This record gives sequence, structure tokens and C-alpha cells, in this order.
Amino acid sequence: MPIELKMPALSPTMEEGTLAKWLVKEGDEVSAGDIMAEIETDKATMEFEAVDEGTIAKILVPEGTDEVKVGTVIAMLAEEGEDAADIEASPQTSKDEPAESQPDDPPPAKTAAANTIAKEDSKPASLRVDPDVPEGTEMAKLTVREALRDAMAEEMRADERVFVMGEEVAEYQGAYKVTQGLLEEFGGRRVIDTPITEYGFAGIGTGAAMAGLRPIVEFMTFNFAMQAIDHIINSAGKTNYMSGGQMRCPIVFRGPNGAASRVGAQHSQNYAPWYAQIPGLVVIAPYSAADAKGLLKSAIRSMDPVVFLENELLYGHSFEVPVLDDYSIPIGSARRVREGADVSIVTYSIGVGIALEAAEKLAGEGIEADIIDLRTLRPLDKAAVLESLKRTNRMVVVEEGWATCSIASEIAAICMEEGFDDLDAPVMRVTNEDVPMPYAANLEKLALVNSDKVVGAAKAVCYR
Amino acid sequence: MLLIRRFEEKAGQLYGLGLIGGFCHLYIGQEAVAVGLQSALDGDKDKVITGYRDHGHMLAYGLDPKVIMAELTGRAAGIAQGKGGSMHMFSVEKGFYGGHGIVGAQVPLGAGLAFAQKYNDDGGVTLAYFGDGAANQGQVYEAFNMAELWKLPIIFVIENNQYAMGTSVNRSSAEDQLYRRGESFRIPGLQVNGMDVLEVRGAATVALDWVRAGKGPILLELKTYRYRGHSMSDPAKYRSREEVQSVREKSDPIEGVKKDLEAAGISEDEMKAIDKEIKAIIGEAADFAESSPEPDPDELYTDVLVEQY
Ligand SMILES: Cc1ncc(C[n+]2csc(CCOP(=O)(O)OP(=O)(O)O)c2C)c(N)n1
Ligand SMILES: [Mg+2]
Repeated sequence: MPIELKMPALSPTMEEGTLAKWLVKEGDEVSAGDIMAEIETDKATMEFEAVDEGTIAKILVPEGTDEVKVGTVIAMLAEEGEDAADIEASPQTSKDEPAESQPDDPPPAKTAAANTIAKEDSKPASLRVDPDVPEGTEMAKLTVREALRDAMAEEMRADERVFVMGEEVAEYQGAYKVTQGLLEEFGGRRVIDTPITEYGFAGIGTGAAMAGLRPIVEFMTFNFAMQAIDHIINSAGKTNYMSGGQMRCPIVFRGPNGAASRVGAQHSQNYAPWYAQIPGLVVIAPYSAADAKGLLKSAIRSMDPVVFLENELLYGHSFEVPVLDDYSIPIGSARRVREGADVSIVTYSIGVGIALEAAEKLAGEGIEADIIDLRTLRPLDKAAVLESLKRTNRMVVVEEGWATCSIASEIAAICMEEGFDDLDAPVMRVTNEDVPMPYAANLEKLALVNSDKVVGAAKAVCYR
Repeated sequence: MLLIRRFEEKAGQLYGLGLIGGFCHLYIGQEAVAVGLQSALDGDKDKVITGYRDHGHMLAYGLDPKVIMAELTGRAAGIAQGKGGSMHMFSVEKGFYGGHGIVGAQVPLGAGLAFAQKYNDDGGVTLAYFGDGAANQGQVYEAFNMAELWKLPIIFVIENNQYAMGTSVNRSSAEDQLYRRGESFRIPGLQVNGMDVLEVRGAATVALDWVRAGKGPILLELKTYRYRGHSMSDPAKYRSREEVQSVREKSDPIEGVKKDLEAAGISEDEMKAIDKEIKAIIGEAADFAESSPEPDPDELYTDVLVEQY
């Protein structure tokens, strides 16, 4: 039996990739460990190794092909004793006929959250950009990953005091490739690889900020910042107050936050409510690339310590970003990403994509949602929340995280205390299930917030 | 060792097919470490704890490849009912305390296991494994201090595979002779060739004698090498293929044993038979892991808390 070589999944979030290069040709013999091809994922170029030995009988997907889905048969391998020339492209190689060659359970390529990131195109054109951007401004399509990198690079060019440090930020180009190219441009003095010692380098960064530098401390993910949380809260967050305003701490702690995909309980958690509770910190959690760029620039310039929460699942998503010399967005202002009169959906980070998807479904049933992306979680733009509530008199809060003591709970409390007269229904929280994140594909999907749950809640508050 | 190697190769394949998700850290190249050390343990009273690169340790400890593979594919029959995944696997019954995803955390946890062993005076020893990268975490040294101060029965095992993701030991460690990292706590250290299973076994015996004699902790630095990327998504651009190839050719732990066996008069056929048997075990484990059902949706809410309130 010839062996089918399939497009491999090369990272937790990979769904498709580019078959960049074949390093073997038909008729070549390969043995286990030989590199057969180079495959580009959104993060990196990876080598595709042979696991069996045999002869390459047929190459089915030529090099240079983009968007090859994980699991597509890309070549056939003849085993010892088979004649490579006899092997035909097997019938089930077409992409739309997964039948026999696929395992019974389709591979869980996407999580619910990844699934629900709305296509940027589905947003009404008028709402794609920040209202503050002058009309007619040229736009460029950038991924969130590129936007973050550009923000850091621009600020590093503008201010010699800004430097980046963290695990794998320099030579490896960032564990999630957010700092790609920075080492080359700014050198090892300003782009610094640290050992795996979060508590240590968060402390060093905080001390450097107290001494007047502008550190950007990258955590590989915020799960690992738990080791460093003492410096973030006790050292960075409280210094200005305790010193009677003498000692500033202009530092940015940034990195991916929230659930990624299938990485289990210790690596899937949203820390936004943890940090947002601390007076003395600024907490930002953007959704779009434009917001990521504009807000990160403001964060780096801020004289206060900023916790900047990114989302791994959004890194590869592209958005329109204004091409301006200096595009920054004020900290502390929410953004209306969709206008509607029937129900408010307040959310942030990856929740915005889920809310947009829900809004599409709701629109199909005649319910128009007003979506508010909080963007900054501390200080919170209460006015925007209350203004939206005034318009719709109904509110759902969407958060990829647990409900208990959440941002969603905070929004509900604000509506109770300051918007009570505008409420026609109780505020509903739509969040993840109240369990540690399970690994199994089906359970993870059940645990995560999704647009159907949002639709259900929105209809409930509309009494429909 | 061959079982571990073939298991990991299979896991890599299943990952490529999308059957295993998330992070998956393979142990290929490091097999002699877990096998050599764990072969010297007393399964009834000793305990083991390690990080996320844990499949090999579990196999070396005699756990069933089927339930490990089923955990990797997130199935109900997995060792953690599909809730833990590659990085978080446990078998308390066998004295295997995980499987931890946070780098360095297993070191104080291991000291805690040893604390309990001493407290209960049960004669057991804990083996706490961690990487060269983990060796730079502060909590490791806090644990060293208390372990020596209280003479806890623990062997600290540094698996020095020379890289922490893309960072080599030299780029991250002021003292790169990691067996000396216990010196300022008066913990003795041994540097061991982790590619030679018999040498590892010898070191394990020395270390166990030391600890069981009540002399407190000891540190072993096992020099080893991982052939694959850090996890499945690592392009491993920080080292050359020649470097990997040369370790494989010169000091592969399995080829080493093969030579020893040949010298001892074991025939090629006998070894082929072992290979075949292992292939069958792995094939069966993979089939099991692919075909057994996912957890019941109700399992989402089980085991969050022990009691009902
Ligand atoms: C506290 C913490 N920081 C960072 C990470 C991300 N991370 C996972 S493994 C790893 C490298 C660890 O290297 P090492 O200790 O040498 O072990 P090896 O992977 O080589 O077995 C890093 C940085 C993590 N899991 N936990
Ligand atoms: Mg290592």
C-alpha cells in the first residue's frame, strides 16, 4: 500500500499553510528524518520530515501552492517493494472528498473561539475605522502581529529609552513572532533575550522603569506572568502612589492572554479581570490590528505601568490600519464597532469577533445590536457603556473568560448603579463555562463562549 | 527506550494529522535519561514529577502506551480522561505526579512530595526532573535551600538537552556547568552522560544511596539532546542540521545499547523481533487513541471540586 503524505498541522492554531518548496522529487528515495518539503505557517517556515521510508511516487501539490488545508494529501510514498511508477494519484486526494483517508473523527482543527472570529469584511464599511481617523486616509492591511511589531518599532525609533525584553524575543524573533525583525534593526542592546525567569526579569524591567527607561516586557504568554505578578502589582502598580508621585514606573507588560487552542488549563486563562482590579495599573486588551497598534503606541508613551493583553488567536488576523506617521489611540476610550438600536453588546479582545458574528445572526432575526469594544479595561469607559445602554435599554456582556468577578460582572454593576433607569431587562453575562479549560477538543469547544450563546442571551433580554 | 522513540514518532505523526492538538513536546534523543533513572527506583515508595515533556517518563515508568496516547488525542480513555493533554498527565497510583506546564513549578512541588515522604518516614525518594531552562527559575533555588535545610529525600534531575526553546545554555546561564548549581546550598552535584543508559543507571544508584542514607538532596545534571524541535511548532532555526545529525550519529542512546547488545552476543534477528513487537504495541496504541470516544459532554463539569457545597 502506498502511503499518503498529508499536509501536516505544524502548530496549535494552524489550519492551512503554503507549500513553499519541495526538497525531493518524484522517484527520490527517502528515509525517516529526511526533510521532504518546507511549509510556511502564519508564524514560521517549518520543515516537513519523512516518518517512513520509501520512494516518492507522486507529488500532488506543487510547490508555491498557498492555502493548502491541513490534511490534504500532498504526495504519495511507495514503500519498499512497491513500484513507484505504478502508483496513481489516489482517488480520495481531492480536497472536497475527505472520506476514506480521513479518520472517523475529523481533526479538531479549529476551536470554537477561532471559528467565531468574524471576517473583517462582514462589518459595515463605515465602522471599520476609528472615527478619529481623517476621511480619505490611506489604509493598509496588516495582521495584529505586524501592527504590534510596527508600534514597538516606531516607538523605539522615536525614543532611545524604549527597549524590549523577554524570553525568545531577540534571536528567535519572538515565540509568537511578534518581535520579528526588531533585533536586526535595534541590536542586542535594545532587544534582549532573557532566561526563563519571569519574576526576575519583570523585577529588572520595573527597576529600569523606575530609573527612567521605557521597558517593554514581553511575557511569552500571560499564564507565565503569574510568576511575575508580584512585581506587576506590588512593585510597578503601587510605586507612584506610595512615593507621593516621586517615583514613576513607565513600563509595558505585554503578551498573549486568554485561551489559545487545545493547550489545556495551565495555558488558557484570561487575566484581564485580575489586573483590571488594581488601582495604579492601566489595562488594555485590543481586538483589531489598528487598535493594537494605536493603543500599544500610547501604552509605551504612557508614564504609567500598562498591562497590555493580546490574544494569540488574533495575531494572524488581518485588519485595515490607517497609514499615518503617528497613529496612536487615546487610552481609556471604547469604540462602537457596530451600530444598532435593539440590544447593546459590550465586549473586548476576541469577544468582539464573537459579538460581530452574533450580530449578523441577530440581524437575520430583526434584532440590531450595538457593539461596544471596551479596548481599555482600566480606566473603563463607563460613559460609552451607559450611552449605549441608553440607546437600547438592554445589555449583554461577552467575555472569553470566567463570569465570576469578571469584567462582565463589573459592567453589570455599573449598569445597576448608574444606568438602572435605562434598563428594561437584566444585564446578561455570556462567558466561558466555570471550569478549568479542558484539553479534549469537544470539551474545550463546550467550555468556550460562542456566538450562539450570545444570540440566546440577546434574544432573552429582548424578550424574544 | 525504543518504545519511547517509536511512541514519540507516532505522536509526531498524529499531531501532523490534527489528531493531537495544542503543544506536544517530544522526548526523542533523551530516552536514556528517564529509562536509566527510573529503572533504579522502588515503584512502591518512590515518586516522580516532571515538566511538560512527559510522555517518555510515563512510558519508562511502565504506564500503558494506550492510555497515554489516548490522552494525547483527548479521549475519555486517556490517563486524565482527556482533560489534561500532552503536558498534564498524572498517575498517582504509580507515583507519577505529572506533567506540569509551568516551567520550574515541578521543582518546589517535588520538594513538597519529598517533604511528605520524610514527614511520613516512609523511606521513599522523589525524583524531580527539570530542564536547563527551568534551572534559571528563582523558585528552583528557594526549593534547593529548603530541601537541604530540611534534608529532604529528593534527587533534583536537570535534563540538560542544551536548549530551552531556542536559547542555548550558554546564552541563558552565567554558570553553565549546571551540576554546580547546588553548591551554595551545599547540595552535591554529579554530571552524567545522559546518552548512555548504563551510566545513567549507575548515577541513579549512587544518588539513591546518598539520599536513602538520610544525607539530604543531591543534584544530577544529565547531558542529553533533543533531536526534534522544542514542540511540534518549533522550526528549530537556532541550530544547524549538522549539529543534530552529528549527535545522532555519535551518541544516539538506542544505537549505543544496540552495540552493547551485539557485543553481548544478541543476534540481529532477536533485535529485529523486539523492534517488531514494539511497532505492534505502538500501532495498537495509536489505533486505540484514534478510535476511542471523546469524553462525554457532562465531563466538562466533573472533578472541578471534590466536595459538594
Ligand atoms: C513559567 C513559564 N515560562 C515560560 C514557559 C514557556 N516555555 C515552555 S517550555 C520552555 C523552555 C524550557 O526549556 P527547558 O527547561 O530547557 O526544558 P526542555 O524544553 O528543554 O525540556 C518555555 C520557555 C512556560 N511554560 N512556563
Ligand atoms: Mg532544555
